[in-house]
Amino acid sequence: MFRTTFMTRHDLLGFAVLAVLLLLVLPLSLDVFRLNLVGKYLTYAFVAVGLVLCWGCGGILSLGQGVFYGLGGYALAMFLKLESSDPESTRIQSTPGIPDFMDWNQLTELPWFWEPFQSLGFSLLAVLLVPTLFAYLIGVAMFKRRVGGVYFAIITQAIAAILTILIIGQQGYTGGVNGITDLRTLLGWNIRTDFASYVFYFVCVGLLFVCLLVAQFIRRSKLGRILLAMREQEDRVRFSGYDVAGFKIFVFCVGAAFAAIGGAMFTLQEGFMSPSFVGIVPSIEMVIFCAVGGRLSLLGAVYGALLVNLAKTVFGESFPELWLFAMGLLFIGVVMAFPNGLAGLYQQFLGDRVARWLDQLGRPSRSQAPVALEGGAQ
Amino acid sequence: MSHGSNTDFVLAVEGLTVSFDGFRAVDDLSFYVDDSEIRVIIGPNGAGKTTVLDLICGRTRATAGSVRFRNRELTQLREHDIVRAGVGRKFQTPSIYDDLTVFENLEICYPRGRGVFGSLFFRRDQAVIDKVREVAATVLLTERLEEPAALLSHGQKQWLEIGMLLIQDPQLLMLDEPVAGMSITERRQTADLLRRISQGRSVIVIEHDMDFVAEIADRVTVLHQGRILAEGSAEAVKQDPQVIDVYLGH
Repeated sequence: MFRTTFMTRHDLLGFAVLAVLLLLVLPLSLDVFRLNLVGKYLTYAFVAVGLVLCWGCGGILSLGQGVFYGLGGYALAMFLKLESSDPESTRIQSTPGIPDFMDWNQLTELPWFWEPFQSLGFSLLAVLLVPTLFAYLIGVAMFKRRVGGVYFAIITQAIAAILTILIIGQQGYTGGVNGITDLRTLLGWNIRTDFASYVFYFVCVGLLFVCLLVAQFIRRSKLGRILLAMREQEDRVRFSGYDVAGFKIFVFCVGAAFAAIGGAMFTLQEGFMSPSFVGIVPSIEMVIFCAVGGRLSLLGAVYGALLVNLAKTVFGESFPELWLFAMGLLFIGVVMAFPNGLAGLYQQFLGDRVARWLDQLGRPSRSQAPVALEGGAQ
Repeated sequence: MSHGSNTDFVLAVEGLTVSFDGFRAVDDLSFYVDDSEIRVIIGPNGAGKTTVLDLICGRTRATAGSVRFRNRELTQLREHDIVRAGVGRKFQTPSIYDDLTVFENLEICYPRGRGVFGSLFFRRDQAVIDKVREVAATVLLTERLEEPAALLSHGQKQWLEIGMLLIQDPQLLMLDEPVAGMSITERRQTADLLRRISQGRSVIVIEHDMDFVAEIADRVTVLHQGRILAEGSAEAVKQDPQVIDVYLGH
């Protein structure tokens, strides 16, 4: 009694099913083009998993996760762009050796803040640290002043809008509305081959599982329960001796770091990064992925990201003008009818049966049923 | 008035004032609470009772005056530091975590691993389990430890919140209407509970029910319009003509 476990048998089954799906079923059944698409969808799963922690558990709704996704993606894109812009392949520019869009914008030397991105090590660190530090600053500025709820959501949305405008406006430094495109090699290795697509897909799945395990650890720790407690009774947590702001800042930073990894994986798999993944619309879409999957379920978030993106590809390409409306309806529908998303439906119709089945399978010891949906650890 | 002088009291409130847009909700208030004393604060609605607790625990910032707890000034501390100094506060409506089990509710309040990383790597060891069981027994919730707190009755939720304070082992416990909405039996059990837990700590209670007040109070402070109207034993206060006039009625 009262034992805490990192993962119940039910959780383990969920992780195993997802692993089989992503590592065996999809790679064996899809051609490389479609697998690459799935890989792209999965980059959003990173964001959705982070949102489960921030929004589902902690009650912090961020409508600006695109900011962190974008910063992560841009950090890696800057490195790849510099690598593709060696003096040899840019010899027709008036200033060879700098990225093409800088040349078009009459820049004659590499801006100082691009310099460190010549190093892969620095760039990889920047992928994680720049968005996390930015989230930390936002968190300190907001949560220490006890800005929360809707006000926080609006501010994050404003930040997403500001960053988009900044990127588009500073074309010479950022590549503007086109973004950073035409990325070709990583340390001399061609990233546009089918083989590279396979490699990146598996790296992406591997990193996603790392994030899922980290998130699971947080969920099952006392910190995870404090997040749930904070969402319900913030004052009670404060008057139990906790500095509430610190916990919010922490989980917001974790969400940002996850989003950033997703962004960087997008850059690698798609070979470009642009402001269209930073702004308000993509940021809200990310919240919808999380809501559809179930905002309290880590695994649900992954399925949400996969399914909504699949729908977007299928319907969005046939009816692009209707897609945003469909997305809005989907969001409203999920929130009204299935507040716990796909994971909630699973729990309602299958969860108990699976738990019982697992019980029978296992030794006489009791297993815990409704794990995916509660912070409960016993 | 000697601000800042050392006292033997557990809590020394002196010249405490707070005004909201010019309205003085608490006005130059001074009172002292002894070790192991149960002090009950009564008064009509709007007298400033809850505000006084808010001022002591840092939820509201004082405009003037001092609150010293074991000779440590609290008015400048942040809420969680006041809690860590040994002041526990129960809110008027039960503030518990419905989605968590009774065990987890109590565990969250266990005074260890209160930092971000401390709580991330917090281990539920035998000391924690034993302490939770002990407190659960005190607040009559041993049988309910594994259930979600949402399933408790109103009275049990009140007890759970008291338990959540007890597990912090505060030297000063402040309870805002702990028996509101309780049955007669539950009131009696709560009175017992308060007497047991006041051993070795001071308790401040806000209450309306005069029978309950008489049952538990060592001393009673009557507030009216942010000032002290009377102070003394429950019996003496009941006889006070001013108190009868503004609060108890004839």
